[in-house]
Amino acid sequence: MEPFSYFRPPDLQQALALAAVPGSQFLAGGTNLIDLMKGGIERPQRLIDLAELPLSGIEVLPTGGLRIGALVRNSDAANHALIRDRYPLLSRALLAGASPQLRNMATMGGNLLQRTRCGYFTDTAFAECNKRVPGSGCAARAGYNRMHAILGASDACIATSPSDMSVALCALDALVRIQGKHAQRDVAIGDFHRLPGRTPQTDTQLRPGEIILGIDLPPTFAAVPSCYLKVRDRSSYAFALVSVAVALRLEGVTVRDCRIALGGVAHKPWRPVAAEALLRGQALGATNIAAAALASTREAQPLRDNAFKVPLVQRALTRALQLAGGAA
Amino acid sequence: MTRRHFIVGSAVAAPLLGLPLAGASAEVAPRPAAAQMVETSLSINGRPYQLYLDSRVTLLDALREHAGLPGTKKGCDRGQCGACTVLLDGRRVNACLLLVAACAGHSVTTIEGLGTTSRLHPMQRAFLEHDGFQCGYCTPGQICSAVALIEELRHGTASVVTADLGSGARIAATPVELRERMSGNICRCGAYPFILAALQDVLGAAPVAPERG
Repeated sequence: MEPFSYFRPPDLQQALALAAVPGSQFLAGGTNLIDLMKGGIERPQRLIDLAELPLSGIEVLPTGGLRIGALVRNSDAANHALIRDRYPLLSRALLAGASPQLRNMATMGGNLLQRTRCGYFTDTAFAECNKRVPGSGCAARAGYNRMHAILGASDACIATSPSDMSVALCALDALVRIQGKHAQRDVAIGDFHRLPGRTPQTDTQLRPGEIILGIDLPPTFAAVPSCYLKVRDRSSYAFALVSVAVALRLEGVTVRDCRIALGGVAHKPWRPVAAEALLRGQALGATNIAAAALASTREAQPLRDNAFKVPLVQRALTRALQLAGGAA
Repeated sequence: MTRRHFIVGSAVAAPLLGLPLAGASAEVAPRPAAAQMVETSLSINGRPYQLYLDSRVTLLDALREHAGLPGTKKGCDRGQCGACTVLLDGRRVNACLLLVAACAGHSVTTIEGLGTTSRLHPMQRAFLEHDGFQCGYCTPGQICSAVALIEELRHGTASVVTADLGSGARIAATPVELRERMSGNICRCGAYPFILAALQDVLGAAPVAPERG
């Protein structure tokens, strides 16, 4: 690990001021950042620990939605009574991630900023990684790409987002609240993470020096039928091969509205909007579910080692829709 | 003589005998400037500690190398194995991914703080009685994790295999629940069935006799 100066500002204003100096990075739970610093992938000269900032609350919004502070630990969010009762999809996704120890450390804001676990990114022995060293190439394209993206990838990068939480947030229409030095702004979760394009070094829309204040959950998909289904190589403590988050607003068996988000398949949580459109206004029956599952991967461009993800997504989505709809 | 005293003694003797010393060629880290030193006050096993260390030092290294508490083990050092599990304000965490500077003002409990050889913690006793280990390297982390697990169950904390997430629902400590909740602690010897038996013993559930392979 490279040497760094450690700061622990007492409030938001001082944190923002400290972050204005180049070479600064924020520290929250540290479960990803410290690991990347040990590997030489991240090399901040100044580490600004956000621990003193008052961003650890969970409160009900006047709209009936929920405001979750950026520093709430993943385990605390997953087990908060209001989240377990009204947004169990988020609880399930959080509890499907990492281990109890890591969930006790990891924060909501930090989880949003998790970096890919692409092995060519996390191992500096590989010279080629456009995400780590822009312009160096992508070793994963010609390498072992079983875990990589089948949707929305680019020539420059085929990495996937590792976060379970973000997939659930995407199906809940969450908003990310961001504080800059001069202004505050909200970004829809679907826009927060980027596709790699030609600049895969940038994971999100967060600008240098900005702080995530928290996440707002609108009431739209509160207390509705939902399902988070994660498929992985071992039954616990592993990243997703494929995951599916489904939230449904039903009237009888008719789908009034729905959200579907896919994890493990793209650089960001992937909304298969064509699949959602096929379900909207229709009965949640076998035929419509099958059509939606097929549509969810229509744009897929599998690589040498990950073609299995295409049918896996279709089957996982089928099962998630069945489970959310009340099938045993 | 304990194993640790033997190892430490050997390491001192090796250079005198001209023997190669494992770890002697460790990476030469850039020397930190004074601005990169941090003073940290924290409580470890109920005792106050004041440490003045390089900002890069993790809680794990602070415990082992600077606080004289080598019971917490370094496995992967990257948050993947759980050998370094300790309790931070009563909650289980991976000490390898925590900067000790970030622990200022907090309370840490390590395996040394749970019990002593003459007064074992019930979980330590259960691990002994059920053979919950083989080589023993992951055991301090397993025991700290298991102690926290029982506390979490007492508070109604859900896991991903909990069927009913409703906040008032009662959670049964089934083997499936216990295995999922211990999944952050890897045991390469494969003592899992006996670790599960130790947990069930402490929980007061009827222990399931694990099949010996």
